Amino acid sequence: MDPLMRRAIITGLLGGAAVIHIGLIGMIDAFQSRDTIADVLTLGALLPILIALLIGWRSGGPMRAPHIIPTGRRAVALGALGGGTTGLVITALALFTTTIDVRWILSNASPSLAEELWYGQGAALGSVLVIVVSAAAGAAGAALHVIPGTIARALTVGGITAILVALMEPFVVAVLRNIGLRFLEGIFYAQGGLTLIGFVLVFAITAAGTYAWATRGRETKQRVAAMPPDRRRTGKLVVYFVLTAFLLVLPQIVGSRLSEVVGTVGLYILLGLGLNIVVGFAGLLDLGYVAFYAVGAYTTAVLTSAASPAFSPELPFFGALPFVIVAAMLIGLMVGTPVLRLRGDYLAIVTLGFGEIARILFLSAWAQPLVGGAQGILSVPPPIPFGRDPQSIYYPILFFCILAAVAARSLQGSRVGRAWNAMREDESVAEATGINTVTYKLLAFGLGAAFGCISGALFATKIGTVFPVSFDLLVSINALALIILGGMGNIAGVIVGALVLVGLPELLREFSEFRLLIYGMVLVTMMLLRPEGLLPSRSRRAELHEREDAEDQYEDEAGEETGQPVVTT
Amino acid sequence: MPVRRSRLNFVNLFLWVLGGSILALAAFGAFLTIQQGRLSGDQWQTLIVAGIALGSVYALLALGYTLVYGILFMINFAHGEVFMWGAFTAYFAATALNNAGMMASNPILAFVLVLATAMLVSMLVAVMLERIAYRPLRGAPRLVPLITAIGASLTLQYTARGFYGSGVRAYPDFTLFDGSIALGPVGMTVKQFVVIASAITIMVLLYLFINNTRTGRAMRAVSEDKDVAAMMGINVDRIIVTTFAIGGLLAGAAGILYTLLFNQVHFFMGFLPGIKAFTAAVLGGIGNVIGAALGGLTLGILESLGPNLLLTGYGIPAPNQLKDVIAFSVLVLVLIFRPAGFLGRKENV
Amino acid sequence: MTTIGDPTGVTVQDAILRADKVTMRFGGLIANREVDFVIPRGGIVSLIGPNGAGKTTFFNQLTGMLQPTSGEITFEDTSLVGRTPHEIVELGVGRTFQNIRLFGAMTVLANVMVGHHVRMKASWWGSLLRLPAVRAEEEATRQRARELLEMVGLSRRYEEDWAKNLPYGDQRRLELARALASEPKLLLLDEPTAGMNPGETAQMTELIMRLRDELDLTVLLIEHDMKVVMGISERITVLDHGELLAEGKPDEIRANPSVIEAYLGKGATTA
Repeated sequence: MDPLMRRAIITGLLGGAAVIHIGLIGMIDAFQSRDTIADVLTLGALLPILIALLIGWRSGGPMRAPHIIPTGRRAVALGALGGGTTGLVITALALFTTTIDVRWILSNASPSLAEELWYGQGAALGSVLVIVVSAAAGAAGAALHVIPGTIARALTVGGITAILVALMEPFVVAVLRNIGLRFLEGIFYAQGGLTLIGFVLVFAITAAGTYAWATRGRETKQRVAAMPPDRRRTGKLVVYFVLTAFLLVLPQIVGSRLSEVVGTVGLYILLGLGLNIVVGFAGLLDLGYVAFYAVGAYTTAVLTSAASPAFSPELPFFGALPFVIVAAMLIGLMVGTPVLRLRGDYLAIVTLGFGEIARILFLSAWAQPLVGGAQGILSVPPPIPFGRDPQSIYYPILFFCILAAVAARSLQGSRVGRAWNAMREDESVAEATGINTVTYKLLAFGLGAAFGCISGALFATKIGTVFPVSFDLLVSINALALIILGGMGNIAGVIVGALVLVGLPELLREFSEFRLLIYGMVLVTMMLLRPEGLLPSRSRRAELHEREDAEDQYEDEAGEETGQPVVTT
Repeated sequence: MPVRRSRLNFVNLFLWVLGGSILALAAFGAFLTIQQGRLSGDQWQTLIVAGIALGSVYALLALGYTLVYGILFMINFAHGEVFMWGAFTAYFAATALNNAGMMASNPILAFVLVLATAMLVSMLVAVMLERIAYRPLRGAPRLVPLITAIGASLTLQYTARGFYGSGVRAYPDFTLFDGSIALGPVGMTVKQFVVIASAITIMVLLYLFINNTRTGRAMRAVSEDKDVAAMMGINVDRIIVTTFAIGGLLAGAAGILYTLLFNQVHFFMGFLPGIKAFTAAVLGGIGNVIGAALGGLTLGILESLGPNLLLTGYGIPAPNQLKDVIAFSVLVLVLIFRPAGFLGRKENV
Repeated sequence: MTTIGDPTGVTVQDAILRADKVTMRFGGLIANREVDFVIPRGGIVSLIGPNGAGKTTFFNQLTGMLQPTSGEITFEDTSLVGRTPHEIVELGVGRTFQNIRLFGAMTVLANVMVGHHVRMKASWWGSLLRLPAVRAEEEATRQRARELLEMVGLSRRYEEDWAKNLPYGDQRRLELARALASEPKLLLLDEPTAGMNPGETAQMTELIMRLRDELDLTVLLIEHDMKVVMGISERITVLDHGELLAEGKPDEIRANPSVIEAYLGKGATTA
């Protein structure tokens, strides 16, 4: 068979497998309740279409071995073939769930899933519709290769933005109301999603904007670069000023519910910045980072709460904070010392063990007299002079985030940061170049611990209670996932990662159930396709692609992963 | 001329003091417990037998870590999930056979069938894992496959949760295995006997396989030196897949044996046994097959006996809550004092 | 000044480094057996010998990456035995590696600046607060790194590139600049011209001599290329099977029958 067709069909089958996966884990069903375009398209119905689109994009794209680039109609036809294959698999899944009842094993393989896959049209019409729609989506995906690159990019960005804006409906609506732009709500949003007009408008505006930037952006950049230095500095200052002003009024703009989310994102930014020192700068994969978060929270609770069981000096929050930081740094050194000589993977498992030890100890009956065991510690006071309501606790969190980001940045470009990077690159050569690796490892652990414990302290005072269940492994995994998504060693990346991986699931109730699944997939896909993260730091990018003949081999193998048949030559 | 091989620096001192005091505390705790006569002889025996049964499950799992490590020098972090998938499969197979009445009419065949399906599914999961998540990253910097493995582990866990639900499911009973038997003076439940006997049989088969078959010899050659093995005409990729497949088979077996002991399945059940089996592999000397078996048994006994032996003497309440702390402390202590484990090669650490 | 008699009969008045009966054993294998060795201050000394003679092992003991099983190594009257590599760098011993080992995913400039690490004073909290003194030191280090890059002949054009992306010869130069940034008194070069063409080799030889004069260095090198060894060295030490075979001026070594038998006999035919 023609290799391109073979690839299209295999890719299509894989797409079908992906739909089966998200269908059987219940994602399609869960997302059925959220409209993307009100009364037209739910998110649940959109997901299989997006998958078919992606499959079409892959099926119609250039092939490496043998090297063939399908063009024009042929590419589109291949895309349709790939998408159509996916559609066939979807139909098969729907038929399967309506005929055989395996719900005692697969709880989501129900007739209602079939109904959703068939757009509620019944078996006959639904099957035809699914195949046609999937093939059309596949063709559209393949068409992105055929049309000029700038237009394709503009369309992609426009589409993604429109979907995101639709998903954010409750929150954008809340913001619009807060800033007195309520009239826009009626144009753009209907209950649960964007209106058709709204969707088209958002899509058109972002697509046009992207296109304009792609064609004119270079000019603008050059004009900025050509500006005299003092004007550029002024420009920078203006940007900083606007940004600061925006951050300061943010809670008032977004309202209480959203401020709560922003606060949580802030805590994770702090965690991420700390873990980034350990993992991103110094290259020590610490999976027990939650231990520091827990120590920070518990120390704060013991020192500030009147309900602390054994010892309760009832210090004010900011009075307790220095003790908290010292305690965490000591714990950081305690954890750091035994693992000094361990290589990367051993270090990961041992630190994971430490994290679990911390959780079990806080939970145990043995430590109950001090930290309350499963009952935890209640009534942790708010950080006076700030209150506990989301809109005012936002400020201390913001303050520490900025502090941590500035600190991390200072360290990154200093003697210390260079020593860490050198250690990450090649430990024994770093030692032979004059770096005391023991000291610098301990320093990384200590400082990372300090950041983590400040986050924990803020968490305790924000929630007002401390329970051992808040400190399981998943906190560590969460922090790790967000620095990997953003790009290890990259400070802006941490912020982006936290917004995407913590902010979005907090906002989208339907996502939260699949949060960890999505984290897992993010970790795997990022490592397979883009190990340097979304916003890579310069140095990290080189290292992770390190291998002979890097780029080519990489894409080959990435291609294999998504089912592109690779014929070895 | 003074001969100074290593210095007593701060770090070494700290580690020795830390490790020494943990060992001293453990020894003193054991002394106090025995002196106070907290447990009767029978109770000790019961704990040790339970430990051996649990330890043989750890041993089967640890073999998976060790085989993969021996060949790829990577920790297959998702191995615990392979085990969990095996346990779930065993659950569904057992339930289906139970509903069909086969468990009552032909219990031994039913058990074998359940074992076989569980092993098969675990094997498929392990092979898929290798193909999708690890093979494309061979030769990448160390952290990359490790992070992928963590991601794969989460994906497998939460896929199981999505497919099968988040509740704890109770296992149908193999009535055949109810009751207890006595081997000489040692009494144990039939279940424990089945677990120990199955584990030993599987491990002996594995040992014979590695030492006496062509594929086994090829596996050893690849673990010695991949490049040389490839030059000798061994298909390294195929050997690696085979290794994952064998690890998967063992994990599947471990899955059903574990559920025999504890009678329930849950999507998160792979995490702790996974970590502990890794500990067992390290304890025995990672990369070493016999070491993994020894390490598993040691850890099982320590975990079963440890809380009662080491902690009750101090009057610590609810010592069994802390059994996982003991397992993790063992891991830390081994890595401090003898990173090569019982039988490992030093350069591996 | 200690006056340990030079085992080879030549008394060195001002030795920067002495090794006394250095033995290195790996299990049953003896990599170095009772090696005595002296480097006169300001000299260029070569360590030669067939493959597996224990040269790099000996190097690794001088730099603290391995600890000798027995024996003593003194650098300017300080014992190096039992010291960590970074302490030895601090005392003033810099090195390069046989197979170039740069911090590949760091910029060229950062590689050299890491080399200057031991001579910098900035503490972690000073760096955290960006104290004026720290910033001044950072700027001075950057300047110094640029000077060193220029000195070894690396264009400023490259300084923001990743080290691993440099061509091979430039990587050797960069490694040299990184070693020089630690302001060594004694520079250990492990096969500095390996893999270079004759033109590059001549440039490197010339560079080493110039650096010695300009920076007041003492140089010890392991080298296979006999033309380089004979052209550059003031004294040569020959190791064979982990043992000291001969020591002397290039002419003496060239004429030494046991060396010819063990090494040059083979080397001369291939050279």
